[in-house]
Parts: sequence; structure tokens; C-alpha cells
Amino acid sequence: MRNGRRAAISGTAEWAPQRRWDAPMFGLEAYAKLAREALADAGMELGEIDGVLCTRLGDAPMFAPAAVAEYLGVAANYGEVVDLGGANAAAMVWRAAAAIEAGVCEACLCLLPSVPAPPEPGTKPRAQGWMLGADAWGAPHGQFDAPYGLINPNSHFAMVAQRYMHEYGLEARTLAKIAVQARENALRNPKAIFRDQPISIDDVLNSPLVVDPLRLLEIVMPCAGGAGVVVTTLERARRTGPRPVLVSGFGERVTHKSITYAPSLTQIPIAAAADRAFAMAGLGREAIDVASLYDCYTITVLLTIEDSGFCAKGEGGRFVEEHDLRFGGDWPLNTHGGQLGMGQGGAAGGMSHVIDAVTQIQGRAGARQAAGAERGYVTGTGGFMSEQVALVLEGG
Amino acid sequence: MMAEPPPRILPRPTPATAPFWEAAREHRLLLPRTAEGEPYFYPRAFSPGSLDPATEWVEASGRGALYSYTVDRRGTSPAFAARAPYVIGIVELEEGPRLTTNIVGCAIEEVRIGMALEAVYEDVTDEVTLVLFRPA
Repeated sequence: MRNGRRAAISGTAEWAPQRRWDAPMFGLEAYAKLAREALADAGMELGEIDGVLCTRLGDAPMFAPAAVAEYLGVAANYGEVVDLGGANAAAMVWRAAAAIEAGVCEACLCLLPSVPAPPEPGTKPRAQGWMLGADAWGAPHGQFDAPYGLINPNSHFAMVAQRYMHEYGLEARTLAKIAVQARENALRNPKAIFRDQPISIDDVLNSPLVVDPLRLLEIVMPCAGGAGVVVTTLERARRTGPRPVLVSGFGERVTHKSITYAPSLTQIPIAAAADRAFAMAGLGREAIDVASLYDCYTITVLLTIEDSGFCAKGEGGRFVEEHDLRFGGDWPLNTHGGQLGMGQGGAAGGMSHVIDAVTQIQGRAGARQAAGAERGYVTGTGGFMSEQVALVLEGG
Repeated sequence: MMAEPPPRILPRPTPATAPFWEAAREHRLLLPRTAEGEPYFYPRAFSPGSLDPATEWVEASGRGALYSYTVDRRGTSPAFAARAPYVIGIVELEEGPRLTTNIVGCAIEEVRIGMALEAVYEDVTDEVTLVLFRPA
């Protein structure tokens, strides 16, 4: 508690990730649609909202929070655009919680629409943004990484996996288990793109190498989607909507853009973020009932478990082998199927982890409800293992 | 009809990085260094960690060891599709800094973390030379 106030997540909205999106919408339209759904879930009126958090939108590439406030018809006391990639969701939640606890605002929309816009007349569809900003004049990575092919996240994360395997002797089968158990959870999630397709360890190991040592089934399926949450005061969240979920601890760490210049390839930024989040919450790692860890790749999950302090350095492989990571297992992880099993709904992918933990703590996970889910741990990972956020959540 | 593949991505030097790329054209590896004499990479107008205006350069040996690598099997970025499979590597130079490169001069199956490497220069155009590495 800070300033006598506590912030809590209330309503959620989440669209099932799809490879092809049948109903194109502009970013502001999709933001508004998610807002309707999240507010309805929270039992709140639009007029109660005085904080808007977003990432850059196609139809609002500049002044995005102002464009959102205007489009929605909201007078915001807090407007924020977050540019932390896959960490955006967790980063939005803690920024909203901190702003609410500081008394800046009362209720925030944290929404990440990520669907295609209607086709622009007179233009040809083109591959969007595969240079990820490296083609900007003067961008260091355009000079020192892109000419050698180090552009796509796949290659960056693959080099993390390769180095970790070299230093710690991790087996490919262990990473494969992460994908397999995520998929088992996905079979119980009607919104998961792979809800009808179980896989085995051998399926993962026999899937094609994409970027050594990572294989196709260890890499998220890029999709369109959208998701978000309402964050408000605990007091307000108690009046309507689902069970409030307290944002009890949070931490963030940003160290590099390209993996080549990371302080370490095998000790990732989450370590500092997790320490801060658990200290703030006054909880130990053993208090966590359900974890939802950003899983763009299998290696991201293993290193996040390890460097978040759930096991000793170098023991992440053993931890994965020794625990049942399914929703009914002894260490429920990514009970929504993870992004590996659900599909990565573009910018909304990271929000799936926030909503996964929130849904468990609210007791709304249905066929994949974990027993006794009171406390959750959520991470976001953006860029190239560049920017990570940790959240500790508790039932309120 | 197939669309033209995207052109090769080439570095566009800036005032702060031009000495590095000019040296590469002469097949020399130049590293920026801090006011304390510590080499670093990549070149910047201000040294990372101290923000001293960076004007010092040191010639590197061009030797190093492979720190990590991947084989891009598919050309994960469009400009590289025609070259796949190829090796993207991070080399740790004798002088300490790490840089991004491609490993050439050996079969993909022979690439190993820790292998000794030396710089080799690919003159891509009259203006641009890339710094690659091969087994030493």
C-alpha cells in the first residue's frame, strides 16, 4: 500500500488470437471496442475512467494517449504511451497501479489492440516493419547488426539459447517439455489457436529447425488479437465486477536492445525486476500459486523461471524436469496455454499472461482452473530479452 | 512473376561511426575506446557508461572467439531469404568487446561456441566493406 491507496485489476477483455482477422479495425476503433468489453466486465461506466494507457497505434502514431482520450470521450488525468514491446502489458499495469496509488487518477484502461486496419485505398499491402526500426537513419542496429541478418527476434533469442546450453548443458528435450505442457493447457482454453492440437516431445524435437537451436514448435505463432484490463482502486473494484486482484509488487529492468550488447546472454534482466517485485509485495517465491511467464520462445520461460529466483542459477532445466507445469500440476504455469499454445495476438500477447493470472485468481478459469490460486507471478519480455517486467498479484 | 528480393542491407555510416567503416574498407578493425582506454562496441558519439565525448580509437587484432551463434535456416528477415542457411554470430574480441557478424569459411556443422576466429573483410560495394569472421 502506498499513500493509503491500493490498486487492483478488475475487469478484463481478451480476443481469441487469429492468423487472419476477418473484421479489420483501426487502432482507435479496436481500443474503443476493448474498452467497452473491459468496462462491461468490471461493471464500470466510461465516465469513471480517468487514465488511458496505450502503445503506438496505426491511426495514432503520435500523441497516442490524446487521440485515445478524444476518441473515447474521456478526460484523462493520466495519459501514457508505453513502448516496451512484449513487456507492454505488465508495464502498463504497474504504471497504472503506481499512478492510482500516487493519487494521480482513479481508474485506468490498459488496452492493447493488435488487429489489421482496413486496407488503405490506392496502396499495396506490404510486409510491415520487419526491420523493427533498424532501418531508421542513424539507428545503431541498422549499421552494426542488420547487415549481418540480426534483425528478427528469432535470431536474438536463439543465441541466448545456444549460449545457455553451452554454459549449463541444457537438453533440447527439457525446452521441448515447456512447449508440450503449454499446449496441454491450451487444449482447455477455447480461445487458444491450438486448442485442438496436442503435441508430444518428439513432435517438438522433430519440428524443423528455424534458428538453431530453436525449432518451429518452440516459437510463437504470430497472430492478430487484442486484450486489456481495467486497473482501479481496491475500494472501487470491490463494488462491482469480478474479484479484485491486487497489484502487490512490481519491477522493471531495461538493459540493451540488440542481444549482442546485453550485459549477459545467460542472466536476463528479469532478475532485478523480480527481486524488486517480491520485496515490494513482502512475499517469497514460495508464496506463488500460479505463474504466467512471457513465452515468446521456450528458452524465455526457462530463463525467466531461473532468473526470477524460483531455483538456483543453472538449475532451470532441472526445475522444468522436476515440476508438472500443467494447470493441475504442482507448479501451474501459463494455464491459458501460453502464447506458445494460444497464439501471439500481436501486441496483445503479453496481456494474455496478465489475464491468465488474473483469471485464475478470480476463479474464472473454468476447465483449466488451478486449485488455490491466490497469488500470481506475471512477467513481460520485450525486444530481444531487452526489457522485462515482473508483477506479483494477489486476490483482494 | 516473383517480386524483386529486397536489396542487401548495408550500413549507412554517420559522423560518429565513419572512422570504423573507413578502416573496414582498408581491411582494418578499429574499436572506439573510453577516456580510460577501455575499448567498447559499437561506436558512439559518447562512450557508454561514462558519456565522455568519444574521439579515441584503437586498432584491434581482429582475433577473437565465438561467443554465441545461430543458423538462420529460413532467412527470417526478407533480405536474407536467398542466403539461408547462414550463420549469425556474436564474436568476443581479444580486446573484450562483442560484435555481431557472420561466420564464413567453414561448414555450418563445424561452427562451435569458443572456436578461435579471425576477421575477414567482404568488400560488398566500392563504398562498403563488412567485417566477417572465419576460423583462425
